Amino acid sequence: MANALRSISLRRLAIATVAVMGAGYLLAFLYAPEDANEGFAQKIFYLHVPLAIVSLLGFIVAAIWAIQHLRTGDSKYDARSYVSIHISVIFGLAVLLTGAIWAKGSWGVWWEWKEPTLVSFLIVFLLYATYYPLRYAIEDRDRQARYASVFAITAGAFVPLNFLAVRLAQPLIHPRTFSSTGGLPDSMLFPFLVCLAGMALLWATLVWFELDSKAASANLKRIRRALEATA
Amino acid sequence: MSPFSALLRKDLRVELRTLRSLPAMALFAVSAFVIFRFGLDRTTLDGELAAGVLVPTLLFAALLAINRLFVAEREEGGFELIRLAPIDRTVLFAAKASALVIYLVILELIAVPIFALFFLDSASGLLPFALILLLTNVGLAATGTVISTIATMSSARDLLAPLILLPLLIPLVIAAAGAGEHLLAAGGPDYGRFGTWLALLGLYDLIFLLVGYATFDFLLED
Repeated sequence: MANALRSISLRRLAIATVAVMGAGYLLAFLYAPEDANEGFAQKIFYLHVPLAIVSLLGFIVAAIWAIQHLRTGDSKYDARSYVSIHISVIFGLAVLLTGAIWAKGSWGVWWEWKEPTLVSFLIVFLLYATYYPLRYAIEDRDRQARYASVFAITAGAFVPLNFLAVRLAQPLIHPRTFSSTGGLPDSMLFPFLVCLAGMALLWATLVWFELDSKAASANLKRIRRALEATA
Repeated sequence: MSPFSALLRKDLRVELRTLRSLPAMALFAVSAFVIFRFGLDRTTLDGELAAGVLVPTLLFAALLAINRLFVAEREEGGFELIRLAPIDRTVLFAAKASALVIYLVILELIAVPIFALFFLDSASGLLPFALILLLTNVGLAATGTVISTIATMSSARDLLAPLILLPLLIPLVIAAAGAGEHLLAAGGPDYGRFGTWLALLGLYDLIFLLVGYATFDFLLED
């Protein structure tokens, strides 16, 4: 497993991302039938839903890295947890924006408080938005990493619980305007799954890229310091 | 005396001598009720409006205590002493969470009757609602203790805890307000979905007590 992972380079991952995402959106626009009720506007489904699923999974992945970090004390896992949350928060912002556009297109309003998925996602997004002030309010490096990991674990446990709570808050079982994949015909499900895979690859590429760039700038800083010391 | 009861008694004794948290919480809650009286321009409340005034007020009052929970430890070097003491550090988590539950129960014993006096026609829904509030307190104490430790050790201090806690506590607000909406209804308490809310609160308490228990050690490491 570890060897298999090492043999995948960032370049290969990026190429795979472009290929799978490209194929996914070609399928979504050319192969998938137009929705009978919503027409062309429904195509945003292939962008919005994969973004949301990948973003939430990213938060869970960040919690798992955080557990690894606390167990081993290796700062590599803290960096992974941090970057996972960072990319997922960016995806989350895109989810809220595309969600608002879709809501306007299909329900006629920019925001719908009665839709539990939408509200749950906003709460999760607000919680993770506080990760940044938390990190930057702690100066000591080790402590910052440990506290950020505790936050990532707490928030990771919160994500599923929050979705349960908000869903229960609806007075009756609210008519699901779309039940993410359940009721989809195969001709829509297949493009959707390809888009989902592409989005997951995009997330992984961005996380990897950010980690590499962080490592590179840390290296650069170290070299510059060494140079200044000799000069 | 076990380390747990020693720490808990220390906290309660400090609070009794200095009265830094409880009077402020009670005063905050009562002032908030008066604000709601004029903000809503209503003299009686029932159903979702009653729950919607009572639960967030108690939550915000709880934030005052959560913010102050570890101030003495930080200022007087209590964290160092806990680290030096030959005890399991999660004992501190248990003691602080228990102290917070006790503060919240005292707050509610003061604030809820005043709320009933101000706004409620009938107090018959308050007894079952007390059970809901008790479970809410446990959840508040579990997340509050963890986040308060983080905030106390950061440079942002009082700013950070409310920022992180407000979204984190939303499931508790949903459950407490959801149950309160039926229990404080105009025609007397109605137990619609009471069990669901109890189960949700229990699940929240269980998860965050476990998370706190598992992670608290790492917050005290130096």
